[in-house]
Amino acid sequence: MKLVYFAWVRQHIGTAEEELSPPAEVATVEQLLDWLEAQSEGHAKALADRKVIRVAVNQDFAAPDHPVGPNDEVALFPPVTGG
Amino acid sequence: MTIKVQAEDFDVGAELKALAEGNTQIGAVASFVGLVRDIAPEPPDTDSPHANVHQSAMTLEHYPGMTEKALAQVEADAKARWPLDATLIIHRYGRLLPGDQIVLTACASRHREAAFEACHFMMDYLKTKAPFWKLEEAGGEARWVDARESDDTAAARWAKKEDAAP
Repeated sequence: MKLVYFAWVRQHIGTAEEELSPPAEVATVEQLLDWLEAQSEGHAKALADRKVIRVAVNQDFAAPDHPVGPNDEVALFPPVTGG
Repeated sequence: MTIKVQAEDFDVGAELKALAEGNTQIGAVASFVGLVRDIAPEPPDTDSPHANVHQSAMTLEHYPGMTEKALAQVEADAKARWPLDATLIIHRYGRLLPGDQIVLTACASRHREAAFEACHFMMDYLKTKAPFWKLEEAGGEARWVDARESDDTAAARWAKKEDAAP
C-alpha cells in the first residue's frame, strides 16, 4: 500500500510517502489509521487528533468506513486551505 | 472546461479573452481572482533588529493528481447546475508573495446570472475540495494555515439551495 502525506502530517511523519504492508485485518480507513498510529512516534503525533485528519483513497476523499487494500494509494492530510 | 495547476503567474485579461473567444453565444463572463494578503505585523521600529523583515510569504503545497481530479469535479458540478458555455480554473502552487495572484475561476454563459452564481459556487467548492495547503511565513516563523469553518459553511450553502430547489 502506498501512503502519501501532506502539510503538517508529512512533517510529523518525516516523509512525503512510504510503501507499507499492513496486516490483512486492516480493511478500512479507520483500521488503517489505528494501525499507522502504532508505527512510530511521528505517526502517532500526526494522527493524535483524528478530527483534523482527512483521507483520500486513490485520490478521492474517503470516509472512515471506506475499504482499503494492498494496491491502494492512501493520502493523509489536514483539512484543505487552498483558494 | 479548463483546469491549470501551475507555479507560474497568469494573465487574467488574456485568459478571460480566450475563454469566450470563438463562441458568440456567450453574453457573460464572470471571474474571481484570489490574491496573497500581507499578513506580516505592522512594520517594526527602525531600532529593532527585525526592522527590515516586514515581509510575509506563502507556500502552497498540493497533491498532484488529486488536485486536477478535484478541480475537474468542481467544474463538472458547476456545469451540471448552470447552463455554462465555458469554465476555467487556474490555481498556483509554490512560494508566493503579498499581491501575487493565487487562483482564478471564471464562467462564461449566455446570461449573467448563471455566470455569477457558477463562479461563486466554483470558488466556494474549490476551497473545501481541492487538496491545497497554505504555509504562511511572517516575522521569521512559518505556520500551516488552519481551515476555516466559514469555508465549510460557504460550500454547504450551495447544497442547501439544491435541496430547496423545486
